[in-house]
Amino acid sequence: MPPVDAPARLATQRLTALFNRTVAVREISLLFPANTVTAIIGPSGCGKSTFLRCLNRMHELSEDGWVTGSVLLDNVDIYGAGVDPVAVRRRVGMVFQRPTPFPTMSIHDNVAAGLRVNGRLGAAAVTTAVERALRQAALWDEVQHRLHDSALALSGGQQQRLCIARALAPEPEVLLLDEPTGSLDPAGTQRIEELCHELKRRYTIVIVTHNLQQAARVSDYTAFFYLGRLIEVGRTAELFTKPAREETEAYLTGRFG
Amino acid sequence: MSARAVRRRLVSGVMTGLVAVLCATAVLPLLLIFADLIHKGATAIDWNFFVRTPVPIGQTGGGVAHAIVGSAIIVGTACLIGLPIGIGAGIYLAEYGTGRLPWIVRFVADVLNGTPSIVIGILAWTWLVRPVGHFSALAGSVALAMLMVPMVARTTEEMVRLVPHSLREAALALGYPRWRTSLQVVVRTAVAGIVTGALVAVARIAGETAPLLFTALGNLHLSTSLGQPMQALPLQIYLYASGPFEEWHRLAWASALVLMALVLLLATAARWATRRRYAAR
Repeated sequence: MPPVDAPARLATQRLTALFNRTVAVREISLLFPANTVTAIIGPSGCGKSTFLRCLNRMHELSEDGWVTGSVLLDNVDIYGAGVDPVAVRRRVGMVFQRPTPFPTMSIHDNVAAGLRVNGRLGAAAVTTAVERALRQAALWDEVQHRLHDSALALSGGQQQRLCIARALAPEPEVLLLDEPTGSLDPAGTQRIEELCHELKRRYTIVIVTHNLQQAARVSDYTAFFYLGRLIEVGRTAELFTKPAREETEAYLTGRFG
Repeated sequence: MSARAVRRRLVSGVMTGLVAVLCATAVLPLLLIFADLIHKGATAIDWNFFVRTPVPIGQTGGGVAHAIVGSAIIVGTACLIGLPIGIGAGIYLAEYGTGRLPWIVRFVADVLNGTPSIVIGILAWTWLVRPVGHFSALAGSVALAMLMVPMVARTTEEMVRLVPHSLREAALALGYPRWRTSLQVVVRTAVAGIVTGALVAVARIAGETAPLLFTALGNLHLSTSLGQPMQALPLQIYLYASGPFEEWHRLAWASALVLMALVLLLATAARWATRRRYAAR
């Protein structure tokens, strides 16, 4: 049973993701309580990234990608008739494994990009929102004097925090992190992990990670995926210390994956 | 050092040398052309050359102002017609390029790219000169635009395709609609490459002579009317180079030099305009 401690902000019901006729993720039902961090772990190819991409309707942009089942965001199915995927993506922010700053934009404009596309904000409101997002992403102190430099002038870790700031600026409800520290060094990784603790006060976070220690450090709940199925989900401390399923224990103790 | 290491160094050295020689061979013709043009044409270039039109044989001090102005008008108009179509088609092919229609467009563009320019000239004559009853600069511009479109479409497509997929996904995940993702993120990232491609096309059509022979025809006087025959630098070169007079030959060399210089200037300007505003450190 999925844990239910807080009202679920996001929930999947029998969510199945496919590529053409190949099932990548099978019948997954999960709850993501508000203001928590949920880690999704599992070996490569277990479908965890695909699952994450279903939560903001990115999966259907992959070639031949499609989905059955439902994803409830505040009790409304984002795959329901008449729901605009673009509107969903504005409410569910996403950060990818590799930093993806827009190379033609300055640091400031990168963060403002999501705001500008969301609607007409005055210049003053944009400036305020950009500063707030950069502070939330713990990047403000490092870039406040060079907001109009190229985003490419930043280090890898800074670029990734810039991408987090960019995702935060439009104030989404849910933040999806797809192996956000996969291409970062230990210092950059630590900054991002600290950030997760800060950000869950405002956002509901789902993080896909290869790194078990990272899952243990940052998450409240952990879900273990294997071969496209959800094997087990529970409070992180419990899942790591006394897993209920044999596969989970095997993975956690490094016997496969 | 072992025999194998010696051999490796030897092979590496020989290959490096070979590539350097081939490289020099590739650049050499360009340098020779420039040297020759400057040697034979520079003496004929003075102020009059740029501001005056031809004078009768026997007099000195004539220029090719009418051809310079004409080339600028004909090529400029061709750009106005050809660049939006070519760039638009290229973006379409890159962004929505799967399926039957894009396949056909791509195939047609490749065939057009290989079509001799004189054929395009004859086509333009059939469509735009014969029905109207007289030659016109506009017909020349249309012919040049027809040459440009496939070139620009294909280079634009290549450049847009080079933009990493992750950038597109980042924009979509941020709530960009598809068309804004295409234009504001993907195309904007590719803009330097698109401009370079467009410029190569401009440089190529600026030197085209055959399509203009049937369309713009040429003119001994300064004309700025698109509906009338107009002189252009390549036509001027053709006329002077095939003429019997020593003075004409000198002017032909000078015109060729000016044409090359203009193309070079354009290339430099475009490079400068699209230099990376945010160069990585």
